[in-house]
Amino acid sequence: MKNILLIIQREYLTRVRKKSFIIMTVVGPLLIGVMYGLIFWAALSSIDQKKILIVDKSGLFSNKFKDSKEFKYQFITDDIDKAKKGFKGSGFDALVSIPENILENPAGVQIFAEKGVPLELQNRVEQSIESEVETIRLTEAGITKSVLENAKINIKSETISMEDGGEKKSSSGAATGIGYFCAFLIYISVFIYGAQVMRGIMEEKTSRIVEVIISSVKPFQLMIGKIIGVALVGLTQFTLWIVLSLGVMTIGGKVMGDKMMESQSAISQSQISNLPPDAQKMAREQMKSSGAPNIVPQEIIGALGTLPVATIIIGFLFYFLGGYLLYSAMFGAVGSAVDSDTDTQQFMLPITIPIIAAFVIAQFVIRDPNGSLAFWTSMIPFTSPIIMMVRIPFGVPAWQIILSITLLIGGFIFTTWVAARIYRVGILMYGKKVTWKEMMKWLFYKG
Amino acid sequence: MSNILEVQNIVKNYSNHRALDDVSLVVPKGIIFGLLGPNGAGKTSLIRIVNQITGPDEGHVIFNGEPLQEKHIYQIGYLPEERGLYKKMKVGEQLLYLARLKGLSKSEAMDKLRYWFEKFDIKTWWEKNVEDLSKGMQQKIQFVATVLHEPKLIILDEPFSGFDPINANLIKDEIFELKEKGSTIIFSTHRMESVEELCDHVALIDKSKKVLDGPKSKIKEQFKSDTYSITYQGELDLNNEYFDISGITEIESELNAATLKLKTQISSNELIKRLISEVELKSFKENIPSMNDIFIRVVSGSF
Repeated sequence: MKNILLIIQREYLTRVRKKSFIIMTVVGPLLIGVMYGLIFWAALSSIDQKKILIVDKSGLFSNKFKDSKEFKYQFITDDIDKAKKGFKGSGFDALVSIPENILENPAGVQIFAEKGVPLELQNRVEQSIESEVETIRLTEAGITKSVLENAKINIKSETISMEDGGEKKSSSGAATGIGYFCAFLIYISVFIYGAQVMRGIMEEKTSRIVEVIISSVKPFQLMIGKIIGVALVGLTQFTLWIVLSLGVMTIGGKVMGDKMMESQSAISQSQISNLPPDAQKMAREQMKSSGAPNIVPQEIIGALGTLPVATIIIGFLFYFLGGYLLYSAMFGAVGSAVDSDTDTQQFMLPITIPIIAAFVIAQFVIRDPNGSLAFWTSMIPFTSPIIMMVRIPFGVPAWQIILSITLLIGGFIFTTWVAARIYRVGILMYGKKVTWKEMMKWLFYKG
Repeated sequence: MSNILEVQNIVKNYSNHRALDDVSLVVPKGIIFGLLGPNGAGKTSLIRIVNQITGPDEGHVIFNGEPLQEKHIYQIGYLPEERGLYKKMKVGEQLLYLARLKGLSKSEAMDKLRYWFEKFDIKTWWEKNVEDLSKGMQQKIQFVATVLHEPKLIILDEPFSGFDPINANLIKDEIFELKEKGSTIIFSTHRMESVEELCDHVALIDKSKKVLDGPKSKIKEQFKSDTYSITYQGELDLNNEYFDISGITEIESELNAATLKLKTQISSNELIKRLISEVELKSFKENIPSMNDIFIRVVSGSF
């Protein structure tokens, strides 16, 4: 036992003190920060006003297209052919042609642009024309706009999950996001830390230190010490990342928040200007009192509050450890059996396939978190760490979690046992290309 | 108990061959024991069993009077033939780690390390990464790691490979010193000149079986060919009932050299008596076989 602790200590300290670990720990959250920054930047800078030239032969629409932050319209009454000739080099991004007989021939609208027409523009133009044509036709039929407004109601649904403990508001959007994020983290970390175990074992084998070490400790102690040591490195890295990311996000969020506030109020201003005068005034006052930019975060916090947060955190830690232990033992067995990196390929495939498969299945499970596919794949130990993490935010019955965890523990005890038997033979097998058949034989070697 | 190690009827099978076939050995305390044999004979398999890296399929190992068990790991020091260290680890830290795996406390290990670093004059290496040391330097570090915990039994597999003559001598002296202090050393090698120089006992393993075992002097006795080299003045009687004469050469004027092979068992004194009655005997030497000769004779099957 004392020796296992010594091994864990060495495995942990040598990795944590490495430059690459320190760099990854610092750079990781910065990368996340930069990524966020890029997304914000892209969101802000994509609001790039496009100028649209409209040739309106019908004369019905000259005031009906409202300029927005995205689009600015200009009307001319020239002939369309002439307008087309003059379009190039005019500085306009698109040219819209509305025929004279638009009321009878709704399909006659044409949009020209130098490089393809953005879908958004097409939608905007179609919508504006449709609503105007609709109004005109309704008016002709004797229905005024105010009657129409009164007829419209706005339905907003709330999703509620029924559980034993009573009804609970749920948020499938937040559940999807959190579940997917956790599953992704487990997926990535199984690969990263599993590969670290494999490399560590290969290093000991190729540098031949292993024979010295196992004359002092049992091979199993060396293997399990390494696996636990690397697991602690993983947990350390995650903890540091979370702490640093929160730091970066708070600082970055403050900077970004101010910017967002400006642009968001600019957007709201332009939206408000589309409203009738009375409504404009009301909306402006409402904005002042509530502070529009706060609406979004509050909604997110509210959605998070409906999730089983404690279960998610405990579940994540458990499934991270369980999945890691299950797979790292197998990565370790591969590392012990081969002599060089290139030989690992053929043995890696059967290990990576279930992980990748689990991640692919997760995309389906997320749409139907309580289906039979979801149930079975969250019971099988090779896929459960990823699939169960997708399901937990949606709420999973306790018996299923307990069964899944029991099977996972059984699973990693089994893979560790198999790995240990391959390991103890493999680490002393130098200069020999190992086959699957041979590895199977090792399982049944005595002492 | 006068034996540090007794190996009794060990059998070890691998998937397609038998590595050790009913091998028994006795290693008395306080000697240097040479474990000889060609490549692939089973030496490493036997050493791994003694180190509890693998277990035997049949047979027993007795360590210092007790059946071999886990606690004995701390009393054995092992320098494998395929040796290595963690390349990216500092020398001092690494030795400390290896010593603690052998059951030393941190402070004990530090004290002993200080002694060895002074003795080998390598104090400046403490903070160096192993990969920055030359191969010979790494071997020295590894030797220190092997003997640091003052094991009762030290097993050295080809200890001199990779050392230059100066360092090889240094290690040789250390081996003698460890023996003086009461350790027993098992020494596995192909290099017969070091066996000649160091070993008290030898055992020879060939094709998974032990073919020879005993004190070096007795083995030599067993293998001596009853031949003598002499130089003399005068004429030898070529036809006598005691010995054959071959290879008579005149090395100087009036001085001849020849090799005699006994036909019947007579003592050296007896032989000399016969010779001086016939010729003026200038020198007389019994031809004792070297370990190299014995090794080759046994392994190539002319035994």
